[in-house]
Amino acid sequence: MSTTGLSPTDLERRLVAALPTDVDFASARHVTERAIHLEVRQGVVQPSMIGHDEGVMLTVWQRGGLGYGATSDLSDAGLAAAVADARRWASVTAGRTVVDSCPLRHTVGGFESAVARPAGGVAELVEMLAGHEARLGGDGRIVDSAVSLDLADTESLLVTNGGGRVEQIIHQVFPDMRVSANDGGHTQTRTYGHGAFCGQGGLEVLDRHGFAQAAPRLVEQVLELLSAPNCPSGDMDLVLEPDQMALQIHESIGHPLELDRILGDERNYAGTSFVTPDMFGTYHYGSDLLNVTFDPTVPGQLAAYGFDDDGTLARRIHLIVDGVLQRPMGGAVSQSRSGMSGVANSRACSWNRPPIDRMANLNVEPGCSTSEQLVAEVEHGILMETNVSWSIDDSRNKFQFGCEYGRLIEDGELTTVVRNPNYRGISATFWRSLSGVADPDSFSVMGVGNCGKGEPNQQVRVGHASPRCRFSDVTVFGGEP
Amino acid sequence: MSTAGSVRDYLDEMVTWASSGLTGEEVLLAYLSGENSDFVRFNGAAIRQAGTVAQRHLSFDLIDGPRHAQGYVSLAQDPAIDRPRVTALLASLREQRAAAPEDPYLLYATEISDSVTESTGSMPSPGDAAGLIIDGAAGRDLVGIYAAGDTYSGFANSLGQRNWFQSRTFNLDWSFHLRADKATKNLYAGTHWSDERFGAKIDWARRQLDVLDRTPIDLEPGGYRTYLAPAAMQEIIDMLSWGGFGLKSRRTKQTPLLRMITENAAFDPSIRICEDTAGGVSPDFQTEGFRRPGEVVLIDGGRLADALVSPRSAREYGVGTNGAASHESPLSVSMAPGAVPVDDVLSALGTGLYVGNLWYLNFSDRGACRTTGMTRFSTFWIEGGEIVAPVNVLRFDDTAFHLFGDHLEGLTDRTDTILDSSTYGGRTTASYRLPGALVGEMTFTL
Repeated sequence: MSTTGLSPTDLERRLVAALPTDVDFASARHVTERAIHLEVRQGVVQPSMIGHDEGVMLTVWQRGGLGYGATSDLSDAGLAAAVADARRWASVTAGRTVVDSCPLRHTVGGFESAVARPAGGVAELVEMLAGHEARLGGDGRIVDSAVSLDLADTESLLVTNGGGRVEQIIHQVFPDMRVSANDGGHTQTRTYGHGAFCGQGGLEVLDRHGFAQAAPRLVEQVLELLSAPNCPSGDMDLVLEPDQMALQIHESIGHPLELDRILGDERNYAGTSFVTPDMFGTYHYGSDLLNVTFDPTVPGQLAAYGFDDDGTLARRIHLIVDGVLQRPMGGAVSQSRSGMSGVANSRACSWNRPPIDRMANLNVEPGCSTSEQLVAEVEHGILMETNVSWSIDDSRNKFQFGCEYGRLIEDGELTTVVRNPNYRGISATFWRSLSGVADPDSFSVMGVGNCGKGEPNQQVRVGHASPRCRFSDVTVFGGEP
Repeated sequence: MSTAGSVRDYLDEMVTWASSGLTGEEVLLAYLSGENSDFVRFNGAAIRQAGTVAQRHLSFDLIDGPRHAQGYVSLAQDPAIDRPRVTALLASLREQRAAAPEDPYLLYATEISDSVTESTGSMPSPGDAAGLIIDGAAGRDLVGIYAAGDTYSGFANSLGQRNWFQSRTFNLDWSFHLRADKATKNLYAGTHWSDERFGAKIDWARRQLDVLDRTPIDLEPGGYRTYLAPAAMQEIIDMLSWGGFGLKSRRTKQTPLLRMITENAAFDPSIRICEDTAGGVSPDFQTEGFRRPGEVVLIDGGRLADALVSPRSAREYGVGTNGAASHESPLSVSMAPGAVPVDDVLSALGTGLYVGNLWYLNFSDRGACRTTGMTRFSTFWIEGGEIVAPVNVLRFDDTAFHLFGDHLEGLTDRTDTILDSSTYGGRTTASYRLPGALVGEMTFTL
């Protein structure tokens, strides 16, 4: 907190002092995020952007009422005003809320992301980006290219009126690379995992998915796509690379299992869920090969943390075992409302939004097949890589996803590259067609940096990991002729 | 809580103070965004969460000749806290600028153009509003969000320019739910709350529920004659706005309207789409200090007209800027009405689908402007101009060159004004003025 003009110890003392002691529960959640954005586009270094976002949310629970006051004013007067707002709302809402009493506890703990290779100075980073971006050119058909890097260091401190104290420091890295080519009538774009190759740590995040080696491959593939035929239509076996699995997991397992959706909170905005409370323990969400974990403990994954934003201790929990649904993702408040088991996933995007049920790291566990086997066993199918389009209904059932790069599989061999590959299905049956899960060799740890949900709206960062997977008899199709 | 007026004064003082420390030929651009907002979230006509957010952020662009660096800080609106932050940020920007190469696309306003836009509003106290909404639901399953209060934006630079925008608004975005996904979606937004208007909207929603109570039908995939209500049109316009109207996406061939450039493709001649800053509720200035014209015509006679041009694109492509933001997407979209009497849309539709809302759109083939998405909320099967039953959700996958082109039969003769209820980061000031559209055939796939 060197640039705030506030002493960290003094601020913490003032936060604790501001907490009301005459209420059922009160907390202050202070968040500081320092971020930097660096980008090189078409040989031009874009202006760097550095940011410092800081504020606090005061929350009060009293006699069945709850309220919050959030402010970027960290003066004594600002904190007092936020407490007054929280008190006022707790009074107004008493007897009118969806909860009877406060289920939150006074927790003590901490967490910090491990950083193996700290980022260097800005000039050094820009030089690195410019070097990669220069390798995205070299062909007259390339119409746009860019390489960027976002770094975010987030410090949060949660203190409660019962002595709770959770301090967490998260270091996140978001590399991006994209190149577009046009041959007159068609434009194609290839990206470095469509933003999925992000994570916690330092510059070692770039090494996990070959950032330094990516540019020549992306150029080769985008030019290949320009002359590639349109993706054929038909029902066939579908092999998904991990950077598309991340999106598939996110949309058709992650969101349907969020307990606040099941409880109806999101029905006006992000939607409900086809999953109902009676399904847990018996419902076959997928084939026997499907094992899914909620795991904020994976080192280096984008949404690793020690505690959620309500102060609940995070731990690894299976949500789906051998295809059978076990438990939803719901934090302490949702668990209290529903009487169901949950996980530590009550999360807020920042200090200015209250925590709600979100994904953290949600992963498909590796299987036993080799990546090569998943292709070799296919007589007629397609492999798709890197998400470009995502759409799913408000119950998280009927979906349609598109990828940047497709390649036909014929008699166990990867053959023709095709453009605009799309597929569609229904979540409730799609995962039961899972016919192959690759072993840990292809297991990739990734993330989604822009998951939107909640009223007021919140965009959070979530993690996904998966190996290559195969699905049988999926409806596949291409773009316009 | 700070008032908007005091924030305006604070911006002026802060930028004047920061400018006094500039050296040599340095120029400082500053943009403030903030809000004092109350949020009440409902589920089952009970309150899920309620609170108040007071936030202010100040972004800077510190320029020295052709070099510059950008940054932002949160503001406490207390000089004792903010001045050290700003001092530290400007020091970091100087350090980064020194290591940065010249920026060939740097462009900022150098002619001073001051402005002040302030709108007042009247609405119940937040607690009273929550009570009115719960009472209005009266046993119905109401879900949604009430957001109200001041939003403000300000530009100031070391050259002396000052621009200020402030509005006090409310936005109730809610739905009444019958069972599962059968629900009716509603918006009540504006500057002056009226119990009478709110009551009318509640009554309308209740009547919709009576129709939604009928046994829903499943339609097979295929082509259906369709009416798209203005709220559904908003989703399609959002897709067009995702790269369809900016100069950069045109010049880099990434626009979804590429076929208008390469194949002389066109929408129906009745299609006219504008960035209607004069008719909208967004600030008419932007981060580099340029003012926005009252109107930029984006589609005229069904064909590409002007593009939204940010200052960077203006420099890169050698044209003038029209004050667009860096994303070059419209903020105040206006689409011209047509001739289909809005009161007769059901009879004009005859037999087909009435689509009240669309949901979760994305491109299935961006270059062809082919879009997929879902029906949601009030979607009905119509026969003989009468509502037969609600329809279970359907996925469409069709190109705008059909929906707004050869399959378009007409636009309604009146438009709806929609104040965007989005609150990512803060409450938006984006808005839409859109007609409904009667489409001869729309393709549904799942």
